[in-house]
Amino acid sequence: VTLDTWIAVLAGVGGGALRVGVPFLFVSLGECLTEKSGRINLGLEGVLVLSAMASFGGAYLSENVWLGVLAGALAGGLLAALHGLLCALPRVNDVATGIALMLLGTGLAFYLGKPLMQPQAPQIPAIELGNWSDSPAVRAALHINALLPIGIAIAGLMWWAFSRTRYGLLARLCGDSANAARALGYSVNGIRLVSTSLGGMIAGLGGASLTLFYPGSWNEGISSGQGLIAVALVIFARWSPLRCLGAAALFGGAGAIGPALQSVGISWGYHLFNTVPYVLTLLILVLTCKPGSVAVGSPGELSSTR
Amino acid sequence: VRESVKDIVLPILAIAAALLVFGGFVSLSGVNPVDVWVTLFKGAFGDWFSWQNTLQRAAPLMLTALCVVVPARAGLVVIGGEGALVLGGLACAALPYALPLPDNSAGTALVFAAGALAGALWIVLVGWLRQYRGINETISSLLLAYIAIGFFKHIVEGALRDPASLNKPSTYSLSEGMRVGGIGGSDIHWGLVLGVLACLVIGFWLRQTASGFAVRVVGGNPRTAQLVGLPASKLVLIACAVGGACAGLAGAVEVAAVHTNANASLIAGYGYAGILVAFISRQNPFAVIPVAILFGGFGAAGSLLQRRLGLPDASVQVLQGIAFVLILASEALRDMDWKTIFLTPLPRWQQPKSPAPSKEKHL
Repeated sequence: VTLDTWIAVLAGVGGGALRVGVPFLFVSLGECLTEKSGRINLGLEGVLVLSAMASFGGAYLSENVWLGVLAGALAGGLLAALHGLLCALPRVNDVATGIALMLLGTGLAFYLGKPLMQPQAPQIPAIELGNWSDSPAVRAALHINALLPIGIAIAGLMWWAFSRTRYGLLARLCGDSANAARALGYSVNGIRLVSTSLGGMIAGLGGASLTLFYPGSWNEGISSGQGLIAVALVIFARWSPLRCLGAAALFGGAGAIGPALQSVGISWGYHLFNTVPYVLTLLILVLTCKPGSVAVGSPGELSSTR
Repeated sequence: VRESVKDIVLPILAIAAALLVFGGFVSLSGVNPVDVWVTLFKGAFGDWFSWQNTLQRAAPLMLTALCVVVPARAGLVVIGGEGALVLGGLACAALPYALPLPDNSAGTALVFAAGALAGALWIVLVGWLRQYRGINETISSLLLAYIAIGFFKHIVEGALRDPASLNKPSTYSLSEGMRVGGIGGSDIHWGLVLGVLACLVIGFWLRQTASGFAVRVVGGNPRTAQLVGLPASKLVLIACAVGGACAGLAGAVEVAAVHTNANASLIAGYGYAGILVAFISRQNPFAVIPVAILFGGFGAAGSLLQRRLGLPDASVQVLQGIAFVLILASEALRDMDWKTIFLTPLPRWQQPKSPAPSKEKHL
C-alpha cells in the first residue's frame, strides 16, 4: 500500500462526504423542520425519490437545470403536503402515513419516470475548489455541488429562524406543546402543514442533487434509504440545523468508504461497507437513547421519541 | 357489533376508492380505466393460471404481514420484515453447507426451522433494542433491514457463492428432495398452506390463549400491563420472535419452493408489501388471509398490465400506495356518527353543538 493509495482512499471518502453528503444534508434539514413542528415524516424517502425523478424530468424536458431543481422542490413539497393533510385527520398516525407515502412516492416516481431511464439531462454546475492540487483524486473530491452552499445557507437560515423569528418560534411551540399553541389561538395543524411542506421542498433539493449531480442519472435504485436515514440523522444532530451539517458530512463519508476502496482495487466487502451508514446510525441510537427517557433536545410532541 | 361492521366496510370502501383513483390516474396516460380494472381482475383471478400466480404470491405476503401484525399487537410498529425474510432465505440456503441434511422432507423441515430462527432472532433484536435501549423500533427495524440486505449480498456473492452462477450470484441449490413442490401438480406450493396455517394459529393464539391475551394487554394498555404485573419486555420479545419467525419462514419458503437457492431475486419487496397487508387487515391475523390473496392478485396482474396495456411495471406499486393512503384516511371516518348525520332532520347545523371530546390519536 503506497502513499498515493492512501491519498486516493482519503480523497474518495472526503469527496464522498461532500458529494454523497449533500442529499443527506437536505433530507435531514427537511426532516428537522418537520420534526421541530411535532411530526415525524418517514415519507421523506418517497419525497426524495419522487423529487429526484421530477427534477430529472424537469431538467430534461425544459433543458434548464434550475427549472429541474425547482420541479424537484415542488414535487417534494406537494407529496409532503399530502402527509401534512393526512396527519391532520383525526385518528391518523404520522408514522403509518409516512410508510404509506414512502410506498406511494416511490411508486409514482417509478411509474412516471419510466421514460426517463435513458436520456441525459443537463447537470447542476460544479464549483471547482481543487484546482490548487496536482492530484486528480483530490481534484475529483473537491468538485463541489453548486447546491451545497444553498444547503449550508438553509441550515444557517433555519437556525436563525428557530431562535429569532416569530414563525420559527411558532413551529417550535407546536412541536413542544400543541396545547399551548392551541391556547394561544394558533392552528396547530396549519403550522405543521406548512412546516411539513417546506421540509418536503428542502428534501426535494436533495432529490435534485441525486439525479442532477451525483450519480447524475435517473434509475430505480437512485435512493438507498437516505430519506429514512434522515430520521436518525436528526436524532444524531439533536434537532439542530447546524449540527445537521456535520451529521450529513459524516454519513456521506461513511457511505463513500465502499466505493473509495473499490476505486483502489479493494472490492472485498463492498456490500458490507455500504451498510456502514446504517450501522453507524444504529450505534448512534444505541449510544444516545436511554430507555424510559426522552432524547436530549427532542420536541415534546414527537411520537417517535416518546 | 357496529365496530366490527366498520372494520369490514371501511377497508372495502377504501380499496374500492383506491381502484377508482388508480383508474383516474392511469387514464391521464391515455389508458381506458375500464380496461385497467378488467385486466387487473383477469390477471389476478381470471383463470386457473392467474389464480396459481396469485396464490404463489399470497403465501409470502401472509407471512411477512404477520411480521407486522404480531409485534403491532404488542404495541410495536415493526416495518423491517424484509430484513428477516432475506436472512431467513439465507439461513435456509446456508444450512446444507454446515450440516449434512437428509434429502427428504425432514431436511426441508430443518432448513425451514433455520430460516424461521434467523428471522426470529433478527426481529427479537429490534424488540430488545426498544425495551432495553429505548430505540424506536420503526427506525431500528428499517435500518436493520438495510444491514441484512447488505450482509445477504456480501455472503451470497462471497463465501457461499456457487462458482457456476456467473451472471447472477447465487448459493448452491437445495438438493431435489428438500425442495418444496406444488400442491397436486399445480404451481401453488405448500408455502401457501404454511401461510394460512400460521395466520390461523396466530389468530387463535392471540384471541384464545392467556399468553396471547397478555401480549394484547401489553400492546393495548401498557399501564394496565404494568399494574397487573405482566412481564412486558418478555411478552414484547415473544411477539417479535413470533413475527420474525414468520418473515424468516417466508424467505425459506421462497428459497425452497421458488428460487431453489438464495439470490438477489429474494429481495422482491414482500416485506414492504406485507406492511400494507397488515394495516389493511387492521392487524387481525384472520383478515390477513383474504387481504394477502387480494394483494397477491394485484401483484400477479402487474405483468399483464404491462404486456396488455403497456403500463409501467410500477403501476401496481402506485395502486398499493394509493390504497395505503386511503386506508389510513378512512380511519378518520370511523368516528363519524353516521346515524346522526343521516337520520337527524335537516336543519341540524342550526343546533348549537357541544365540542367533541378530544380523542387520542392511534392507528
